Amino acid sequence: MSEFKAESNLEKILKAGHFAFTGECGPPQGANVELLREKGSHLKGCVDAVNVTDNQTAVVRMSSWAASLILAREGLEPNFQMVCRDRNRLAIQSDILGVYSHGIRNMLCLSGDHQKFGNHPESKNVFDIDSIQLIHTVKTMRDEGKFLNGQEIDVPPKIFIGAASNPFAEPFEFRVYRLGKKIAAGADFIQTQCIYNMERFREFMKRVVDMGLHEKCYILAGVTPMKSVGMARYMAKQVPGMDVPDFLIKRLKGAEKGKVAAEGIKFAVEQIEEFKEMEGIAGVHLMAIEWEHRVPEIAERAGVLPRPQV
Amino acid sequence: MIVAEPKPIKEVVDMVKDYNKVLIVGCKGCVTVCNVGGSKEVSILASTLKIASRKKGRDIEVGECTLERQCDPEYVKELENIIENYEAVISIACGVGPQFLSERYPSAMVFPGVNTKFMGGAIEHGEWSERCAGCGTCVVHYFGGLCPIARCSKSLLNGPCGGSNQGKCEISNDVDCIWDIIVRKMMTQGRLDQLLEFRPPKSWITSRDGGPRRLIREELVK
Repeated sequence: MSEFKAESNLEKILKAGHFAFTGECGPPQGANVELLREKGSHLKGCVDAVNVTDNQTAVVRMSSWAASLILAREGLEPNFQMVCRDRNRLAIQSDILGVYSHGIRNMLCLSGDHQKFGNHPESKNVFDIDSIQLIHTVKTMRDEGKFLNGQEIDVPPKIFIGAASNPFAEPFEFRVYRLGKKIAAGADFIQTQCIYNMERFREFMKRVVDMGLHEKCYILAGVTPMKSVGMARYMAKQVPGMDVPDFLIKRLKGAEKGKVAAEGIKFAVEQIEEFKEMEGIAGVHLMAIEWEHRVPEIAERAGVLPRPQV
Repeated sequence: MIVAEPKPIKEVVDMVKDYNKVLIVGCKGCVTVCNVGGSKEVSILASTLKIASRKKGRDIEVGECTLERQCDPEYVKELENIIENYEAVISIACGVGPQFLSERYPSAMVFPGVNTKFMGGAIEHGEWSERCAGCGTCVVHYFGGLCPIARCSKSLLNGPCGGSNQGKCEISNDVDCIWDIIVRKMMTQGRLDQLLEFRPPKSWITSRDGGPRRLIREELVK
């Protein structure tokens, strides 16, 4: 992991050995550029890169590449997310060339939530390739300079390749192997699903370290601060693959009136402190969903500011 | 087999509301096995249609006929001299049936009486489940004899997505996560290493994505 693959800020931060801190910004459900800029403005200077989600939860939003370009113009470094649900391999490769041409250097490769959850459940899905094949596609384009059909690319895209990992989904015992598969396919960095069950995550990371996966890839732990007891209950019951322990719900319920959100942030900060010391963890991915304006405070309290300049 | 379900009777009645002589054609193939389009169902639909029309003050003539198979010209031919006596034909075979009838009898007004669902099998009496997506290049041997193309909601070839929950798919608790089943089976069989191999992007040329399909086996063509 010595030479730069894409020279993104995120890659430089990680390769310099700094504890990375990434954020997230969901594009608007419309062409509200001002709203996007406003959301992005809270993250500026607080994070090394911003994940720009791609029709997350299968709800139509401004395209992730377009929102990435807007945020890039505002001085943020995008981590362009791409799901396999809405594109075939032609569109996938073409969009990769497109975003690279506009200066995007990080990309997160995902399968994508099934459209049944979203606001167009009647739609057809694509899933021409899966997330691991997408990682392989970006790597082939970057390192071999070839399209999936073997044809040479005239100026290949240099992308720092990201992938997701959900340590809490089932079958649990297979999750570390799936992470290994993603790394073998070409993932340079991993951002995990939101972590709440620290005990289970420690167990997962122990297996990751035992297998030496953390030496082949940078792993960023996913953190989403709880805003309310309702949110915690919703995450526990409604969001697939999310593990929210009862003690956390009890802790939030025990907070004084009007101080539940503060308790949620306190828990998130405690988590970040532990991740800083956890073997195999190279940074934190903070997904403050529709709470971008609280990111500076969380970053400050977690002691990750100022962000290193590399 | 090809699994189908009856169309709502209201829809069928509405389709043929302008016709006084209707022929219902069943099929002794898959749709007989899945209790939707055999001779028994032809009779039931004929009676239902007559009753429904009578309620609306119309007396219609309904003919009944069940072919050996509607997907075979040899049997479709048997409707010669029969079909012309009717103003409308309802096929309760799978989606192949009404098309073979339409192609063989160009002047006939053909309507589908069932909704064709999938290629699958019976789990128990009255319950069927999908097994094959007809991709044209079978790969089930890589996955413990189970097909993630047909049975994973996202047709993933490299393992379960993050939505797999207690053996169920993220889209519904009524849908098994096939990857959960594949992983557990391969682990039990000591074949985990095979699942760790990267499965490259699949060629969909042999599936419907390659265009409408035709199969010619030279050794069988006269």
